Amino acid sequence: MTVNGFLSHNRTVLYTAMALLAVALCLLLIMLVAGLKPVYLWTDLLIYLLLVIAMLFAAYASQHEHLRSPWLRVRHSRLGMMSVVILLAYVAIGLLDSVHFRPPAAHQERSTATTYTGEVLTILDVLLQPISSRVERTYSAPFATHAYTKETIERPDGTQVRDFPRLEFGGAHLGTQGEGAARDIAVNVVIAVLAALVIWAVHAYVIVLVLAGKHKTMVRDQVRAVAGGRTELPWREIMLTVFLVILAVTLTVQLGAKYHIFGTDKVGQDVYFQALKSIRTGLVIGTLTTLIMLPFAVLFGIMAGYFRGWIDDVIQYVYTTLNSIPGILLIAAAVLLLQVYMERNADAFNTTLERNDLKLLFLCMILGITSWTGLCRMLRGESLKLREMDYITAATAMGVRHMVIITRHILPNVMHIVLIAIVLDFSGLVLAEAVLSYVGIGVDPAMNSWGNMINQARFEMARDPMVWWSLLAAFIFMFILVLAANLFSDAVRDAFDPRLRARS
Amino acid sequence: MTDTLLRVQGLKTYFGSGASTVRAVDDISFDIRQGETFALLGESGCGKSMTSLSIMRLVPQPAGRIEGGSVLLRGQDLLALPEVAMRKVRGGRIAMIFQEPMTSLNPVMTIGNQIRESLTLHKDLQGAAADRRVVELLDAVGIPDPQRRMQEYPHQLSGGMKQRVMIAMALAGEPELLIADEPTTALDVTIQAQVLDLLKKLQQDSGMSVLLITHDLGVVSGMADRVAVMYAGQIVEQASRDEFFKEPKHPYSRKLFESLPDMNKREQQLAVMRGSVPSLAQEFSGCRFEPRCDFAWSRCAEQVPAWVEVKDHGARCHLLAGDAPLTSNTPKPAEAELADLRPRRQVDEALTVNDLAVHFPIHRGLFKRVVGHVKAVDGVSLVIPPGKTVALVGESGCGKTTVAKGVLQLIRPSAGAVQFGALDLMQLKGETLRQHRRDMQIIFQDPFSSMNPRMLVRSIIEEGMVAQDLGGSAQERERRVDELLRQVGLSPESKYRYPHEFSGGQRQRICIARALAVDPKLIICDEPTSALDVSVQAQILNLLKKLQERLGISYLFITHNISVVEYLAHEVAVMYLGRIVEQGEVRQVLNDPKHPYTRALLSAVPSIDEKSGREVVYLQGELPSPSNPPQGCHFHPRCAQAQDKCRGTYPEFVNLSDKQKVRCFLY
Repeated sequence: MTVNGFLSHNRTVLYTAMALLAVALCLLLIMLVAGLKPVYLWTDLLIYLLLVIAMLFAAYASQHEHLRSPWLRVRHSRLGMMSVVILLAYVAIGLLDSVHFRPPAAHQERSTATTYTGEVLTILDVLLQPISSRVERTYSAPFATHAYTKETIERPDGTQVRDFPRLEFGGAHLGTQGEGAARDIAVNVVIAVLAALVIWAVHAYVIVLVLAGKHKTMVRDQVRAVAGGRTELPWREIMLTVFLVILAVTLTVQLGAKYHIFGTDKVGQDVYFQALKSIRTGLVIGTLTTLIMLPFAVLFGIMAGYFRGWIDDVIQYVYTTLNSIPGILLIAAAVLLLQVYMERNADAFNTTLERNDLKLLFLCMILGITSWTGLCRMLRGESLKLREMDYITAATAMGVRHMVIITRHILPNVMHIVLIAIVLDFSGLVLAEAVLSYVGIGVDPAMNSWGNMINQARFEMARDPMVWWSLLAAFIFMFILVLAANLFSDAVRDAFDPRLRARS
Repeated sequence: MTDTLLRVQGLKTYFGSGASTVRAVDDISFDIRQGETFALLGESGCGKSMTSLSIMRLVPQPAGRIEGGSVLLRGQDLLALPEVAMRKVRGGRIAMIFQEPMTSLNPVMTIGNQIRESLTLHKDLQGAAADRRVVELLDAVGIPDPQRRMQEYPHQLSGGMKQRVMIAMALAGEPELLIADEPTTALDVTIQAQVLDLLKKLQQDSGMSVLLITHDLGVVSGMADRVAVMYAGQIVEQASRDEFFKEPKHPYSRKLFESLPDMNKREQQLAVMRGSVPSLAQEFSGCRFEPRCDFAWSRCAEQVPAWVEVKDHGARCHLLAGDAPLTSNTPKPAEAELADLRPRRQVDEALTVNDLAVHFPIHRGLFKRVVGHVKAVDGVSLVIPPGKTVALVGESGCGKTTVAKGVLQLIRPSAGAVQFGALDLMQLKGETLRQHRRDMQIIFQDPFSSMNPRMLVRSIIEEGMVAQDLGGSAQERERRVDELLRQVGLSPESKYRYPHEFSGGQRQRICIARALAVDPKLIICDEPTSALDVSVQAQILNLLKKLQERLGISYLFITHNISVVEYLAHEVAVMYLGRIVEQGEVRQVLNDPKHPYTRALLSAVPSIDEKSGREVVYLQGELPSPSNPPQGCHFHPRCAQAQDKCRGTYPEFVNLSDKQKVRCFLY
């Protein structure tokens, strides 16, 4: 590894960090100028903290060969990189949804001080304003122009008929009877695809130009290399996935404002909007839980394995006990506890959003407390093995202190296990949220989450005619996220697995 | 020749493709005759195991491939056979035994079943007939009570027993050729002698041929009829055993002999080869050994040497072409820059170990009651005078390493005293012990596990200085690291690299530098060269000797390699089952061993010198368990001269001279 290699990697990380900081500052500035009041929720702050930790870790990893080279190997995995693109799209939505603020109340002549509405919005809310604001009266099917159930409608002439009422927003630009909807949808899809193609072509051209500049090749040859999949990184697959993401965006823009893509729910809210808002909940559960449990698992696991003796006994006792209590029971008890606490101290929370947020955080914590045992056990085993290594003996013989041995010799050597565990746990936690909400002890029912959507769908599936789109939307969104996360974790595990590496 | 069993011609086995193709086996030809033992001798990484795998067509797929050549077994080309037919050959006509008996047997099958598998496959034996044959085979490889043993699982057998079972499995198909890939490397010398003897006997009985793959010149000398020396994927010399040991022709073979340590070389440095084995991922335009050869001349770098054969003794060297200047025209390689080596601390303390005992409790039952002790070390006394080397010799499991850890207080001894100078280390605790740790350092056997793979060489060497608060500021420490690296013969630039970028010998040098960083007065060397090749071992031994001369460091040298003891040690102590059975001045003990165990141990060491006239004393059985040592003298169940007295009490030390002591009733 050359010194140049060091610098160039550090530089990438540095630039990314600076760009992020700039974005954050701009956001703050815009809010101030627009007279918005930022709201910092607990989970927001932790997400920012996680982002900072991720940046620091990236900087650290880029300087350490044993961490850098596996990540470079991840970059060469086709499926891995495709899932990274998908995951980044999800993360982007989640981050947009994590900047909360309160818009100023409608201007009042007399008061000089600005007052703010009780409503807390996010950037995502603002962006999706055309979708979220269009609330129907009740259920409507995807792309419908009329409601899902017959109602008694009063005609202008005073007569009453039972028919499917025309939706207020779904296909509103069409005629009163919503005729020609199919044609209109087809036209819009074509427009969206074309728009996506144009945007993608520009983006692809820029990438090819950059690549050609880097490898000092002709642009035409570079295009051929990318199309033939002969580039070092799997650019062809990356670009394909990027196209799909762009297409999803253009479709949303073209169709989302005119129709309810995934229909509406019982109170007429757009299901597509709900599914998008649920992304943040899923990501928060998947990442913050790990963040919370990681210090316990790593510290206790290594301590148990390294010190043995009574420390090992105590830690083992704690985690075997914790492990033998059914997780659901513990979670239900904890959530109940919090609920009682919140009801007693109702004035401590300004908005329902803050309450819900704290509940979400609490759920992360309790999930973390029940899920650190697996990783802890694994790290204990690994440390037991490592402490017998000659270099640990040598360090002891040189009089190196225990804490130094743990941080310098053991921690770096179990880091790959920690990384694999984080990535593997993520999809499991996202699914766990859905299950818990379904059982009714997950996040607050008022909060958008896939689990809540599925929970609702339980009743919707039972009624006649069946309402299936909530379930479908939650399923599609969750499925894509979990699939991408699983494929990514496979790629990470392969890259970090020394046995696979030896073979290649 | 009609009696040729196996003819390998132009065999090439390559790994990978393109520019990074590794030519692991590069154009190898040899014949194995009916009933002979053909030894393939070479250092690690020279392609000898890959040759045997290629013959069996077991080269790991898809990374490796056999690029060319032919392997003719009685005229039938094995490389052209379909896989179905090849399966009949494997185990049936050619059988193989491996180095590691621990991993070559399936732990969930009884050994009887594993042998039966081969019988069913190749001899079509079933039921009672197969059982009878299994018993015969186990009997043939010298496993006592075969009826009972065939019902046992591999973990119930010792290492030597497992290797015997492996041999029995190989014999089950009654092969014409047995490939033995380092069959005794993982075994102790006394067990090695048993297994080699067994192989020889079996070969005489069945008339099969043996392809013996080894790195040990001693084993070759004792076993082989003909020898081929491999270097960097090629055979560089081939001759009959007698010819080869009388007059090795290739400079590499000669260097191998010269770098073997022994008693007569004590006063001089061992011959070393410069540099290291070249990477096989290249096309050679000259002789592969040219960069390391003392006799290299202009043609060596330009032209690939041809095979020159005189009376069945062939070598691949330009020196044999007839018109070569047969003089060493390269200056002797400069040893590591040691001129500036001055003792930083005067060593005048002696290490005195008195009745050291390390007992590990055995816990049983629900409440973990202590039901007994594993007496790993049971009353060891040693004195290491300043600047001297004391060697501790014994088979694996006898407690040598535990002594080392007990002395260093890495394991707290159960009893006894460890005094360094006037200081009793056993009384030290916590911070004081931590500070005194700099006086004694340790070097390990395995250069691969002894350094943290995640740390730069610089931080590895620096670690002790930082922990002991030595070496001043960061710049001063860095200068000291450079100095240390130079002292052990590495360039200061190596400090920015990771351990995995170094070869075994280089890693061992870094470990020595790490130990030296805290200016120790005593270094415990725990088999520091047993994982290394002979030529590299010579480098490390030279370095250790030099360091002792210049710095006056004392060594406690733990090893099972007698020739290293002969070369390096001043005094030697022989350990058996946790106790020292004989100790004394090195010449006395090694030339005139008194204890029956010492005698057996020394005679079991394969020697390259045929005329040494030592009669091999074969030991029966294996090392008993230290948790349940035999009554009386621990050695009596294996001792040929055991008397009634030996079964009753453990003998006390008898002083034979002022230096030599032995614990045996014979004296």
